[in-house]
Amino acid sequence: MSDLKITPLTELHRALGAKMVPFAGYLMPVQYPMGIMKEHLHTRQKAGLFDVSHMGQVILRGDSFEAVAKAFERLVPMDVLGLPQGRQRYGLFTNDAGGIEDDLMFANRGDHLFVVVNAACKDADIARLRAALEPDIAVEHLDDRALIALQGPLAETALETLVPGVAAMRFMDVATFSYRGADLWISRSGYTGEDGYEISIPEAVTASFASELMDHPDVEPIGLGARDSLRLEGGLCLYGHDIDAGTRPLEAGLGWAIQKVRRPGGAREGGFPGAGAVFGDLNGAAPRKRVGLRPDGRAPMREGVDLFASPEGGEPIGRITSGGFGPSVGGPVAMGYVSREHVGVDTRIFGELRGKRMPVTITSLPFVAANFKR
Amino acid sequence: MKYTEEHEWLLVDGDIVTVGITAHAAEQLGDVVFVELPEIGGEVTKDEEIVVIESVKAASDILAPLDGEVVEVNDAIVDEPSKVNDDPEGEAWFFKLKVADMSPMDDYMDEAAYKSFIG
Repeated sequence: MSDLKITPLTELHRALGAKMVPFAGYLMPVQYPMGIMKEHLHTRQKAGLFDVSHMGQVILRGDSFEAVAKAFERLVPMDVLGLPQGRQRYGLFTNDAGGIEDDLMFANRGDHLFVVVNAACKDADIARLRAALEPDIAVEHLDDRALIALQGPLAETALETLVPGVAAMRFMDVATFSYRGADLWISRSGYTGEDGYEISIPEAVTASFASELMDHPDVEPIGLGARDSLRLEGGLCLYGHDIDAGTRPLEAGLGWAIQKVRRPGGAREGGFPGAGAVFGDLNGAAPRKRVGLRPDGRAPMREGVDLFASPEGGEPIGRITSGGFGPSVGGPVAMGYVSREHVGVDTRIFGELRGKRMPVTITSLPFVAANFKR
Repeated sequence: MKYTEEHEWLLVDGDIVTVGITAHAAEQLGDVVFVELPEIGGEVTKDEEIVVIESVKAASDILAPLDGEVVEVNDAIVDEPSKVNDDPEGEAWFFKLKVADMSPMDDYMDEAAYKSFIG
C-alpha cells in the first residue's frame, strides 16, 4: 500500500471517516460515513465536494496560443484553434486505428492551453504530448496543484461565498480567481451531469480551502462511489470502461465532440491519428453504438454482462460496459455497446445475469437530465 | 447466536435455523439495493449459493450454512432492500431452514469468536 500516492486532502478524508481504496495508483476516498446512496442524492439536491487531485493537469505553451492550438490539433479531432479565450472543451486523444486513448478537458487560458486528463492515463498522455509536441511546444506537468470538484445545484451559492464572482460564469467558462493569495483556475464544469465547478488550486492552500467549503451547510464530501453512479446516470463515459483504445468516437456517441471544421469538408479536416477510421463511422456507419440500458426489475446489471437479441440462443449482440443502481432513477441503469442493427430506442433485448436472460430496454442517454448553467 | 466466516448469523429454534447477515457485513456491503431469495420448499446443500445480494457497490451472495429445507423467506427485504442496512441482525433476516442434522453448528463461531474474527 505504501507505493500509493496521496493527495493534499488525504488527511482530511481520513479525519472525515472516509473509506480509502487504491484507485489509479492513488489512495482515494470511495465513500464517507454518509454512504454512496446518500452522497449521490446530496449531490443532486445540494452540493458535493470531490477530491479529483489524482487527475493529470498539464500546461502547453508555445510562441502563441495559435501555435499551441495548431500543434494540439495533431493529437485530437477537436477544434482547438477556434476555442475562445476563457472557454473549455471536451476532447479525445485518438490512436492510429481511430480508438480513444483518453478523454480530457482543454481550456484556452490566453497564452497557453490547460489540459486535464484521467489519472490512469496521465503518464502515457504526457509521454504522448512530449513525443508529439516538443521542442516547439513546452509540456509542463503540474504536480504541485490539486483539483477539487464542487457539483450540484447549490454549488454556485456555496462557492460564491468563498470566491466572489464565480456565479457569473457559464457552463464551460474558465477564469482565474484568488484565494488567500493563491491563484485558483476555475472552470464551470464537472462530470456528474450537475451544474458545478472544477477548481485547480495550489497544494499548500488546498486543505484549508476544502475545509472552508465544507463548513458551508449545503456542502458534503463525496467519494468515488457516488461519483461513478452520478456520471453513469449522466450518461458520461468512464475511460477504461465505456471507452478505450479499441473504441472509436462515433461508436461511443461522442461525435458531437468533433467539430465541423475537423470533419470531411471542414477547413482543417482530419490531421489527427486515425482520422480515416474515425470518419469511416460517420453517417451511421459505426458497426456498434453505445446505448443506455434499463434492466427490468431491480437487479443491477454491471460491467461485463453479455447482451442478446432473444431470450434464448444466438450469439451476443453486445455487452454492458458500466452498470449499477441509479439512486436518482431509483432502479438499475447501465450503458453498453450494441451492434448497429439492434440499437433502436425502446428495443427490448436481454442481459445474461447469473445464467438467466433478463429483459433490458434500450433507452436514450442521459438517465437524469443535465442541469448545466448554459 | 452463531456466526459463519461468510458473515452470516444463525439463530437456532428447535429444528429451525434463521439466517441473516451481520451488521459488519451490511456495513461492508454498503447500501443494499437488490435481494433475491430462494424458493420456499427448496432443498439446499451446505455452501450452496442461495441468496443474491447487490449493493450500490457490488454483487455478493449468501451460502446455505447447513443442509436443509427452506421453510420461510423474508419478502420484506425484497420489497425494501434498505432494511438490510437498517436492521441486519433483527427485522432483516433472510430465510429460515428446517434442518435435520444440526452437527455443523458446532463448527461455527460464537459471538466472542466472531468479534475477534472481524477484528
